[in-house]
Amino acid sequence: MVALVGLLVIALACLAAPLYAARVSGTDPFASNISGSVSIDGQDVAVMQAETEGLGFGTTPIGPTWRGPYFLGADTQGRDVMARLLYGGQNSLIIAGSATLITLVVAAVLGIVAGFFGGWIDIVLSRLLDILWAFPVFLLAISLSVVTIGHGLVIGPVTIGSDSLLLPILIIALVYVPYVARPIRGQVLQLRRTEFVLAARGLGVPRGRILRVDVLPNVATTLIVFAPLTMALNMIIESALSFLSIGVQSPQASWGTIIEDGQSLLYTRPLVAIAPGVAIVLTVLALNVLGDGVRDALDPRAKLKMR
Amino acid sequence: MLLRRLGEMVFVMAGISVLVFLIFFATPGADPAARIAGRNASPDVLAAVRHDFGFDQPLWVQYLLLMKRLFVTGDLTSFVNRGQKVIPSILQAVPVTLSLLIGAAVLWVAVSVAIGVTAALTRGTIVDRALMILGLVGVSMPVFWVGEVANLITQSRYHDSWFFSWVPALGYVPLTQDPVGWFKALVIPWVTLAILYIGLYGRVLRASLIEAYHEDFIRTARAKGLGEGRVLVRHALRTSLVTFVSLFGLDFGALVGGGTLLTEIVFGLQGVGFLTFNALQNLDLPVIMATVMYASFFVVASNAVVDLLYAALDPRVRLARA
Amino acid sequence: MPEAADEPLLRVEDLCVSFRSERGLLRAVDRLSFTVAPGEILAVVGESGSGKSLTSLAVMGLIDDPNAVLTGSIRYRGRELVGLPRRELRKVRGDEIAMIFQDPMSAMTPVYTIGWQIAEQVQAHSRLTRRQARARAVDLLGEMGMPNPAIQVDRYPHQLSGGMRQRAMIAMALSCNPSLLIADEPTTALDVTVQAQILRLVEQLRRDHGSSIVFITHDMGVVAEIADRVMVMYAGKVVERGPKPDLFATPGHPYTVGLLDSIPPMAGAKPRRLPAIPGAPPSPADRPDGCPFGPRCAHRHDSCRVDPPLYRRGRQDVSCTLVPEGADA
Repeated sequence: MVALVGLLVIALACLAAPLYAARVSGTDPFASNISGSVSIDGQDVAVMQAETEGLGFGTTPIGPTWRGPYFLGADTQGRDVMARLLYGGQNSLIIAGSATLITLVVAAVLGIVAGFFGGWIDIVLSRLLDILWAFPVFLLAISLSVVTIGHGLVIGPVTIGSDSLLLPILIIALVYVPYVARPIRGQVLQLRRTEFVLAARGLGVPRGRILRVDVLPNVATTLIVFAPLTMALNMIIESALSFLSIGVQSPQASWGTIIEDGQSLLYTRPLVAIAPGVAIVLTVLALNVLGDGVRDALDPRAKLKMR
Repeated sequence: MLLRRLGEMVFVMAGISVLVFLIFFATPGADPAARIAGRNASPDVLAAVRHDFGFDQPLWVQYLLLMKRLFVTGDLTSFVNRGQKVIPSILQAVPVTLSLLIGAAVLWVAVSVAIGVTAALTRGTIVDRALMILGLVGVSMPVFWVGEVANLITQSRYHDSWFFSWVPALGYVPLTQDPVGWFKALVIPWVTLAILYIGLYGRVLRASLIEAYHEDFIRTARAKGLGEGRVLVRHALRTSLVTFVSLFGLDFGALVGGGTLLTEIVFGLQGVGFLTFNALQNLDLPVIMATVMYASFFVVASNAVVDLLYAALDPRVRLARA
Repeated sequence: MPEAADEPLLRVEDLCVSFRSERGLLRAVDRLSFTVAPGEILAVVGESGSGKSLTSLAVMGLIDDPNAVLTGSIRYRGRELVGLPRRELRKVRGDEIAMIFQDPMSAMTPVYTIGWQIAEQVQAHSRLTRRQARARAVDLLGEMGMPNPAIQVDRYPHQLSGGMRQRAMIAMALSCNPSLLIADEPTTALDVTVQAQILRLVEQLRRDHGSSIVFITHDMGVVAEIADRVMVMYAGKVVERGPKPDLFATPGHPYTVGLLDSIPPMAGAKPRRLPAIPGAPPSPADRPDGCPFGPRCAHRHDSCRVDPPLYRRGRQDVSCTLVPEGADA
């Protein structure tokens, strides 16, 4: 319950990003603002401040003001970190959420087709899933991202630009398909051997009806259990890809890219990297708690193990 | 049985190699020659590069050539640093990854067993709840972010305090050169990498211990007049071991192969993951192919090892097969 | 403390086992008192949920549910077991009082050989070396009538048949020559021929070792074969107890009558259907006021609204208001 409320609060806050950028921070979170200044207590303070230590050549972005503009300070481009955090949250949630949906749908279709029809379809699909499964998740995701990030992806008439959110969504969705499809296939196989399905087939009930009445409801339960946990994994892998600058592309933001932006400021303005991390941890934690709750509610024997 | 297993391993690895090859050569829009030649290369240069690297040959010829040089002759060289042999550079990176991984594994096994046992024994109390929430927090933290925060604390903010002044600058120190330096350089990375698995394994162990404590044989063990310690270790823990060990085998396999990539990058440890990431960024296909093959070998092999361990740990499985 | 000559081996007095729940304290075993004399076989009979297994676990000190509350007194050789420190209790458990469980498959740890598990108990209570303990395990298995004990000792529980597993379980329980053996439905999971063998084993045990045995069962047929005395439990209470011949000849409680009617006759025409007691025993959560058997009883009348005490009749004790009238008549 707490987890669900927490998730909603985070999502709503991120949805309010444009409002925040317009009303509170007052600067464009996607344009650099190196020469700008901000008024604090009636005094104008430069967003990029000259360094006082060392040689004094470089500049350091303004730190957290703890009020309206630059609440959490600025990044190296002089952009408002708080506003970017909210916009980035939108992207992180959209990517993780849509990737989860795609993963679950694709995995369900593959799992049901393989498990229910069996035969050579099952053999081919299972082998494909085996191969994907043995491909280390991070390596597969990074490989796909690296290749597509330069020029985007062209599939026939459809071109997905390299800065489109669709790229990370599709890549992340694909990577976790075997992790969901394999258990679903197993479940369908098991269902197919249960006595009520055997009896139904013996009585000449058409396959479509068995699928609809006996198989789908069971698979749906599994999918609901998997949904929050898959989304938690997706959040993490999205942030990792963006952190490696092969996920969401500048000037767009996600929590992962903000951590990456903050890396160079880690020792002077640590909040830039810490804040998005805290946002990720809270969101993923809420998803995991939710996942535990859903699993306990729907699958009391907790047989589904996702790893 | 063993042959079938081996056949499956070869099949899966061959599949992965084809997949990698297709990802890097056949993905629409990806052109390795363009990447090698540089952004503003003239068409002539591009053509020369294509010919030079054999990109003008049919895909299957390129694939077979690559496989031959990787597995048969072993003289595969990098596209980017021409002349750099791929296999030796992987072998050079292995000790770094292993150092990181083994230390972290020792840590996460020890701590997660302590946490799992404590939580199971104090089930339902505040201690149990707190441990499980902490575990979930551990599972929910991106490892690279934990690394960044750890660096912030130990390299900058509190580096001058007595508590962290011993932490050396980022980077790897070979064990054979300076064991103490090796240890100091790796402590923080170990902790960082271990946190996720401590949370995960602590929770898994607690669950399987609690399941074990519901079994009749625990009651029998108590009825025999055994001490609680012996009941816990020899009966409850021993029967929970199967789950724990198989999980460990799979995770260890995935990590040896380069799953430590993010940790290595954050701490500047030039292990296999680091090498892989560099190769990926440069689209250095020979290195990518070699490292991915290396990684998937460990994933596939750990699967096989876990199956064997299963049989070794559970006589019901062992005897069912024999 | 010198042991009085007529002091029973086990004396249970006013034993109550209750569970804290959302609906308040539920009493599963209600002011139970009984004794076990040296060398005696006491059969405890009742349907599932009558509290008989819980009573045996209470005697063993094996109730570890944090919501369980145990009151009353359990004296073994005059020594109070309730409230005994864990360490002390552990010395008694397995050594002086041992227990056999219903399902030897789940009651033995699956990852160890039966020999290992027997030796573990031996070593817990003696200073034997591992080798000596193992030799003892082989001897015991042989005594239990297991063929090729030296080979079987290295078998895992799942490799044995149900009867052999139960023999191993009994061998384990007997490994320290206990004075009191509690057998919780040891034959329920077995087929009839094996059941008869196990019963013979139990009798032999009493003869050879002079042990007392508390034999828990719901099968009156088994009771008829093995018991010296019988205690019938219903809804956590004793409803009738007494020596077996008396109880079988003149059962006093309608529930006992019902249980005896459900034994298939050994000779004569088979009835088409054995008579059964209608209804099911009440759960601890909704026990009726007054006589707990009231709702299922054919002889219910007004005075059953008060829970009847145990009335003495001859050598039997019966908790039924019909008894004083019947005894008088």
